Amino acid sequence: MSEKVLMKGNEAIAEAAVAAGCRHYFGYPITPQTEIPEYMSKRMPQVGGVFLQAESEVAAINMVYGAAGAGARVMTSSSSPGISLKQEGISYTAGAELPCLIVNIMRGGPGLGGIQPAQSDYFQATKGGGHGGYRNIVLAPNSVQEMADLTMLGFSLADQYRNPVMLLGDGVIGQMMEPVEIKENNTRAVEKPWAAVGMHGRAKPNIINSLYLKANELEDHNNRLQKKYALMRGNEMRWEEIHTQDAELILVAYGITARIAQSAIDIARENGKKAGLLRPISLWPFPEPPFVRLAKTATAFLTLELSAGQMIEDVRLATRDAKPVYFYGRTGGMIMSPMEIYQEITKILDGKEGK
Amino acid sequence: MAEVLFSRPKALFDIPTHYCPGCHHGIIHRLVAEVIDELGIQEKTIGVAPVGCAVLAYDYFNFDMLEAAHGRAPAVATGVKRVHPDAAVFTYQGDGDLAAIGCAEIVHAAARGEKITTIFVNNAIYGMTGGQMAPTTLVGQVTSTSPYGRNLETAGMPIRVSEMLATLDGPAFIARVAVNTPANMNKAKAAIKKAFELQLSGQGFCLVEVLSICPTNWGKTPLEAVKWLEENMVPHYPLGVYKDVQEAAK
Ligand SMILES: Cc1ncc(C[n+]2csc(CCOP(=O)(O)OP(=O)(O)O)c2C)c(N)n1
Ligand code: SF4
Ligand SMILES: [Mg+2]
Repeated sequence: MSEKVLMKGNEAIAEAAVAAGCRHYFGYPITPQTEIPEYMSKRMPQVGGVFLQAESEVAAINMVYGAAGAGARVMTSSSSPGISLKQEGISYTAGAELPCLIVNIMRGGPGLGGIQPAQSDYFQATKGGGHGGYRNIVLAPNSVQEMADLTMLGFSLADQYRNPVMLLGDGVIGQMMEPVEIKENNTRAVEKPWAAVGMHGRAKPNIINSLYLKANELEDHNNRLQKKYALMRGNEMRWEEIHTQDAELILVAYGITARIAQSAIDIARENGKKAGLLRPISLWPFPEPPFVRLAKTATAFLTLELSAGQMIEDVRLATRDAKPVYFYGRTGGMIMSPMEIYQEITKILDGKEGK
Repeated sequence: MAEVLFSRPKALFDIPTHYCPGCHHGIIHRLVAEVIDELGIQEKTIGVAPVGCAVLAYDYFNFDMLEAAHGRAPAVATGVKRVHPDAAVFTYQGDGDLAAIGCAEIVHAAARGEKITTIFVNNAIYGMTGGQMAPTTLVGQVTSTSPYGRNLETAGMPIRVSEMLATLDGPAFIARVAVNTPANMNKAKAAIKKAFELQLSGQGFCLVEVLSICPTNWGKTPLEAVKWLEENMVPHYPLGVYKDVQEAAK
């Protein structure tokens, strides 16, 4: 496929995964991501792949652990409550350094919450939602096209670093239909000499494991992981800037919120207010360089999230609090309008907002 | 049994294990390794180790292995087998691992007829964590979390895993064995062999439950422990074949 077709965001993820050579999908139904397992159940048999509806998200992520450990390009997908169940397996996958793609199409919480879109799993995704101190690369698409493109990129990065990658979307982009081009497979093929595939003449067994009973060996393992994470920080920060050069106020938003922020910036510019957008695409590693730079030229930042404020902590860290960082958020599945954001912009730029 | 006693199977490394004196885990490892040697499948075997006393099984077996989270071995093995349908994939799990925290994973792997083999080591206790009550602990049995003996009113009856799984259509072979006598060891080995053969011929899910002793946490000598197994475990957990699609077809 190289021409544009109209697709839902969730379907674009699934088709891009197939295009990227993913032939193993393990999942469990939950709104608002169920289009992904449904699409895979149709598509995988057509390409000789495996679709398996697991008995739970716990089982699904452990099937991913097994398939990834056995050398396959593999993925699972879910939404917030299901992603909570996967955290044990994600920690094991990170500990055993297994490449895989985990999709979270976020809905509101806490608890069973609701089925409407949200961005309240930022902490869980970027700070290590499971135990033990690990990092996943976290990519946040803001369009159906990026759902597809970042899926492919996710598989490449997972293999390159032997690390889980999370695609962190929201219910809006998951459900939204837009024209999308599913690109030719542009992922790198990576040898996996470490995988448990059967010895087949190899002298020593391959062991997939995250257990190190001796404290010094576990510390060595952690130090190796931290070195890898430092490499990711150096190489894999991604972001987009719109109208930031002359901006007095920098709006910071990802995913669907960044789209709405863009409309608010258009209104602001029409009214002579210099606002710009800094959109983190990689939420981990968090793209610090543009924040350091823009903290010198802008007068303030406004973080926008469909949560009560999670990414704002990273924004304050990245700007070293050099300039005021304001926050505006909605929760529970409520979505902010461009006019709501514009009013926040006006309050800050007209000096009516105390820090 | 002479050759069995004097030659170490290729599928087992020649190193001492961490198991307590008299523990049956070592014997069961050996039987699995002998079967893998006899079937000539070491090169295509992929094992999945549990969380439990056998967590370090990958240090002893000489083939590719994955270490799974507590109870998740059947899901991990499912992932492996779906990638390598021709491999001989097995899980090795204790009774806490399989019958408590991993109950959903084992039931659904069995129900799907997942073409894997499970070696289920039932010692009626949580060995690794120091002897707490397991779902398989017998009524009245004293453990560190049932200090007055397992109470039927509050803890219910111990789960008979083989009987339970044999009610499903997915399994091809389910047997309960013990390794308390040379004769039983031979039967156990034959069952393990069949559980691999039927997996490899694509018949379905295969499980061998091995009644096993934990002298350390039972507070007994190995000899006393074997006697306790015979007098208390075997009556509640009768030995025998609970499902065999090959026999059924005859
Ligand atoms: C999620 C989780 N919960 C609890 C534990 C602690 N734990 C380790 S082994 C074990 C019980 C193992 O008992 P069993 O499966 O019967 O194996 P045995 O040691 O008796 O062979 C427990 C509870 C753990 N490692 N992970
Ligand atoms: S604690 Fe029990 S099961 Fe574990 S090695 Fe010792 S005797 Fe065997
Ligand atoms: Mg046990």
